[in-house]
Amino acid sequence: MPANILLIIPLLLPLLGAITCVFMWRDIKWQTVVVSCVQLIFVGISGIMLQQVLMQGMQVTQIGGWPAPYGITLVADVLSALMLLTTSIAGLAVFMFSHVALDKSRKKFGFFPLFLLLQMGVSGVCLTGDIFNLYVWFEVLLICSFALIALGSKKSQLEGALKYVTINFIASGLLLTGVGVVYALYGALNLAELALLVRSEHVNAELLALPGIFFLTGFGIKAAIFPLFFWLPASYHTPPIAVSAFVAGIVSKIGIYTLLRLYSLIFSVEGDYAQPLLLLLSGLTMVVGVVGAAAQVDFRKILSFHIISQIGYMLMGIAIYTPLAVAGSIFFVIHNMLVKTNLFLVSGVVARRHRSFSLTRLGGVYLKHPTLSFLFLISALSLAGLPPLSGFWGKLMLAKGGFQAGNYILVATSLCVSLVTLLSMTKIWNEVFWKPRPKRLKQSTHETMGTYTLYFPVFFLLVFILILGVFADPVIQVCKIAAQEVFHSEIYINAVLKDKRP
Amino acid sequence: MEILLPFLTGTLFSVSIYFILHRHLFKLILGLILFGLSTNLFLFVVGGMKRGSIAIIEQGSNLPAEPYADPVPQALLLTAIVIGFGIQAFSIVLIRRVYQTFKSNNMDNLNNNEKI
Repeated sequence: MPANILLIIPLLLPLLGAITCVFMWRDIKWQTVVVSCVQLIFVGISGIMLQQVLMQGMQVTQIGGWPAPYGITLVADVLSALMLLTTSIAGLAVFMFSHVALDKSRKKFGFFPLFLLLQMGVSGVCLTGDIFNLYVWFEVLLICSFALIALGSKKSQLEGALKYVTINFIASGLLLTGVGVVYALYGALNLAELALLVRSEHVNAELLALPGIFFLTGFGIKAAIFPLFFWLPASYHTPPIAVSAFVAGIVSKIGIYTLLRLYSLIFSVEGDYAQPLLLLLSGLTMVVGVVGAAAQVDFRKILSFHIISQIGYMLMGIAIYTPLAVAGSIFFVIHNMLVKTNLFLVSGVVARRHRSFSLTRLGGVYLKHPTLSFLFLISALSLAGLPPLSGFWGKLMLAKGGFQAGNYILVATSLCVSLVTLLSMTKIWNEVFWKPRPKRLKQSTHETMGTYTLYFPVFFLLVFILILGVFADPVIQVCKIAAQEVFHSEIYINAVLKDKRP
Repeated sequence: MEILLPFLTGTLFSVSIYFILHRHLFKLILGLILFGLSTNLFLFVVGGMKRGSIAIIEQGSNLPAEPYADPVPQALLLTAIVIGFGIQAFSIVLIRRVYQTFKSNNMDNLNNNEKI
């Protein structure tokens, strides 16, 4: 498939799907049909894109035909194709879940179009080759997640959405300020052009740290890095599970992806300020997230705090900044997107059966639904990083990269944190699945047909998690290729600016 | 004039952050709007302020006539204004809804989620 068609489909497909859904506003049945077609094609296209990028190298297209530094550039390298494939798989699972679990009124008020537009925003962020467009796509993504979190207007949702909107608005403002500073310093917005200018002897090279800090703070807020994460546990558990699974599984990792992209192409990790700062922040993010989770008694809140702690691991790979560590980080992002989405879905299934998310009000699930318990167990152990499940390989690569680079304290911290993660998952297991059901609550009898079909998306994601664990080697190889591309930015520059130079 | 604008931007930023941190909901709206305005103003100032002709290249020459203002920051600014407008509109509706649901103007009453 030619690059110009291949790269535009992940943006156009959700957009067209969303428009079609808007035209069929009250007709949920047809909306469902449209969305399922879109999701299936989306997964297929992402797969083709990854395959093509691996076979033929980086795919670039210029929208409108203007050559690179002036036009709108779309770039797909292995990293962005991997992100796209993972998000599309998670999106398919979340769609299957929402089809059964989401209430009618939310579907009637535009859940599907918003969900598709959110996916369009995610693909835009992954594919864009322009720093201002990156900001614009992030806004597309954010406004959809704002609307999705507030959709339904329950008290807790409104409260969570208000906090989410305010802090993310500030973060976007900081990003925009950063874009302004970058343009003022270098007079370019195209990522490849900027990468070229940064690597040449430019008069403003000394001032590059300034926009770097703007972007680190802005994306740090969006990715929930240590001192900037307080909005996440206050808002991610409030919307219905179909929304929080996708937002929690995907959106915060997109912040990490952009940090990796920008800090490899434009700002350097190995500068005087970035590496110590990132190392410190990643360690603190891990520890604070996992300690915060220990204090919670709500299923979704424990998982929300674990997102923060996992973000610390992804940041650790970027902070160490060796090819192995970055590959580990990429692997970890993929693993975490799938596992975190799956754990949220499991919590949704449990809550649908037993009408609660609170650990004190749940119990005895293992006795009643052994299959569900098994599904949770695999995902939870994978999150904690037990071999041979997927989390183990990510952590192994990160730890190995850390040892090679001599960051012993950080590696020790990360290993301790994964032990505490295991503890926290055991806590959920004990309270929700093993403990006898609290007597004072009457037995729930919501054995509708719908709940069994809810197992299907969980199974679906679990298959990918198991593949990621058992057949880790090919995925690790792909991640290593992606990390190589991240390190050799001249590949990116040459691919985008090939028209400019002989 | 040009020396005044950076100070103005800085003042706007600090005032907007102060308003956002205030517990009154209406001040939050004001804060969000002012924050959007100050980022836009920052973008405008940092792009370089020049009076003079427009950056349209005459037929037969390769460069526009000096002095000209850089059009790119202005284009960015327009996009940013539109995006900011959308988000501000959304947040105003959201805040109004919060006010209607909670029957309160005070942000301190919005901490029920912590008790879940």
